[in-house]
Amino acid sequence: MSNQANSVDRPWMDPDAQPFIKVQSVSKHFGDFTAVDSVDLEIYKGELFSLLGGSGCGKTTLLRMLAGFETPSSGSIYIDGVDMTNVPPYERPVNMMFQSYALFPHMSVEKNVAYGLQRDGVDKPEITRRVDEMLAMVELTQFAKRKPHQLSGGQKQRVALARSLVKQPKVLLLDEPLAALDKRLRENTQFELMNIQDQLGVTFIVVTHDQEEAMTLSTRIAMMDAGRFMQIGTPTEIYEFPESRLVANFIGSANMFEGRVTEHGQDHMVVECKQPECEFYADHGSAIQEGSKVWAAVRPEKIRISGTPPEAAAPNQMKGIIDDIGYLGKLSTYRVRVGDNTLIEITASNQSRPRDGSLVHDWEDDVYLSWDASSVVVLTK
Amino acid sequence: MINTGEINSPPVDSTSSFKTRLLHSLQHNWKSVVVFIPYFWLLLFFLAPFIIVLKISLAEPAIASPPFQPMTEWVDDGIIQIKLVFENFAYLWEDDLYFNTYLNSIKISSISTVICLLIGYPMAYAIVSASSSYKNILLMLIILPFWTSFLLRVYAWMGLLADQGTINSLLIFLGIIDDPIRLLYTPFAVYVGIVYTYLPFMILPLYANMEKLDTTLREAAADLGAKPSITFLTVTLPLTIPGIIAGSLLVFIPATGEFVIPDLLGGGNVLMIGRLLYNEFTANHDWPVASAVAIILLIVLVLPMMLYQHTQGKQVEG
Repeated sequence: MSNQANSVDRPWMDPDAQPFIKVQSVSKHFGDFTAVDSVDLEIYKGELFSLLGGSGCGKTTLLRMLAGFETPSSGSIYIDGVDMTNVPPYERPVNMMFQSYALFPHMSVEKNVAYGLQRDGVDKPEITRRVDEMLAMVELTQFAKRKPHQLSGGQKQRVALARSLVKQPKVLLLDEPLAALDKRLRENTQFELMNIQDQLGVTFIVVTHDQEEAMTLSTRIAMMDAGRFMQIGTPTEIYEFPESRLVANFIGSANMFEGRVTEHGQDHMVVECKQPECEFYADHGSAIQEGSKVWAAVRPEKIRISGTPPEAAAPNQMKGIIDDIGYLGKLSTYRVRVGDNTLIEITASNQSRPRDGSLVHDWEDDVYLSWDASSVVVLTK
Repeated sequence: MINTGEINSPPVDSTSSFKTRLLHSLQHNWKSVVVFIPYFWLLLFFLAPFIIVLKISLAEPAIASPPFQPMTEWVDDGIIQIKLVFENFAYLWEDDLYFNTYLNSIKISSISTVICLLIGYPMAYAIVSASSSYKNILLMLIILPFWTSFLLRVYAWMGLLADQGTINSLLIFLGIIDDPIRLLYTPFAVYVGIVYTYLPFMILPLYANMEKLDTTLREAAADLGAKPSITFLTVTLPLTIPGIIAGSLLVFIPATGEFVIPDLLGGGNVLMIGRLLYNEFTANHDWPVASAVAIILLIVLVLPMMLYQHTQGKQVEG
């Protein structure tokens, strides 16, 4: 990939790029409770940025500070180079799509969408044109005269989206945009959102607790916990190179083993674990001291499961007994008991179709587990 | 023997089955029984008295006890003669006094309702916006006056407003005025009394309405560029109309027929329909005319409400 393409797709990699939104050591306290704890964040134009975390992690408070509903206790927020820290919501170039949609119940779909334009004093024909355009985009033209209570959940969601986009904001804030939709509708809407974002070039900031949603939607994800960022990165970075056990566990699942570094080099590392007894060989080095306590993590889908023993004794393998099987159709998840009472989770795709309907591996089968040196992630916290 | 047995048994069976059937249907229809109770209440304490008053309003006055002639009379041939007299209503129409008094009552209660709304709306809004620990105390303060007798509170106002009362004494003591201002027995005193008495009836429905309002709607309006004043006019106010109407009706209806307040605070200077009605019954001893006054009052109050409900129903359908 050329350098230029890099800076367009990944502005955060480009040292010359100016961030569009800049959050500078922002904190928010509610009484004794610290919702957001001195965070720094830079978001670039056209990004689809996700704030991901469990409930109470501060992601919604941060979003509300960007919208202007909460004022930071300290720190400042810049949008497009302008200090927005104390600017009221009605003077900010951002719009928000609320989790509850917050459609005005006494106004028709049309009036709801037109509301923001009327506030800006746009003249009538222009309002009609833009509202019609917006409703056509979200495919709600024939529902223009309906009241919100006459719409389904998915339709309400689209009205809310149209209403927040009609003013062509520089930034669109989305608070759990897909939480209230059922699974099928959610998947469709996810791609719809991505298309719209691509079409309009608006910067999206999405708050979500759903890691799958964050993974599919985002250019980058900020993983939050207790008011701080745990890690900021692309979905691949966060998934494949988690920086802490917390991130590894929140995004997907991971098998983690406590151990000590026994060997340490430029391009490799060996971690020895006691429970179960196993040696993890990682093909990357890091600035970890020999003998220090670490965790070796391996994703379930990166472990191979086999009924036949490997040819030679080497690191990165184990022997165990299948304790539980979850058959999901395209995938099966296995829980394999290794040693006394350690359970290891393995996900394997069901590539071949069993002829007699029996399972490839059965309960209480002896199995051999192995994984690549590149799959091992060594975590220090 | 068999025959008699057969004859004897059915009555026994039918009574017992009647009992069980009744019990059965009672158990099954307990819902309709529960629903019937308020209907029964209205029938007994609203519809029945209303019919009696309507009947008296159509009777001819007489010097008797009760002071009107019976509606039905036996005529010679065993035929019942029903006599309906509409003169009482015609009399109300002919005498300007009644028309003006109705008009004055409606004027006073309308203005009082508007004043209650202007005071009550911000109060209800402030209570809803208060923190939850504070909220209950504020609501308690609104309801607190009900713990004292209404009559006592009106007498207290007499003490406050009288020529030698608290307010005048204070103003004279402070040197703001030299002679007492006439406060008691003026329309002003009646407005003060009505607004003071009925303000809670405005605040409580407004509070209930505002409490249910989703605060994110205001945030959404602000987010879309509405200043607080515009948010109020385009979102909060339209969504609190049900509370405004409920509160206004709760103030307007009883205030129109109010008797104690104009009688005690207005004296003879403020004529309201409640007082006129009382005078017809007691001083003039003219029950038919008094009943006619009551019937017209009811029509004046109920008709606008029915019209409102009718249009509301149409709006919901449309």
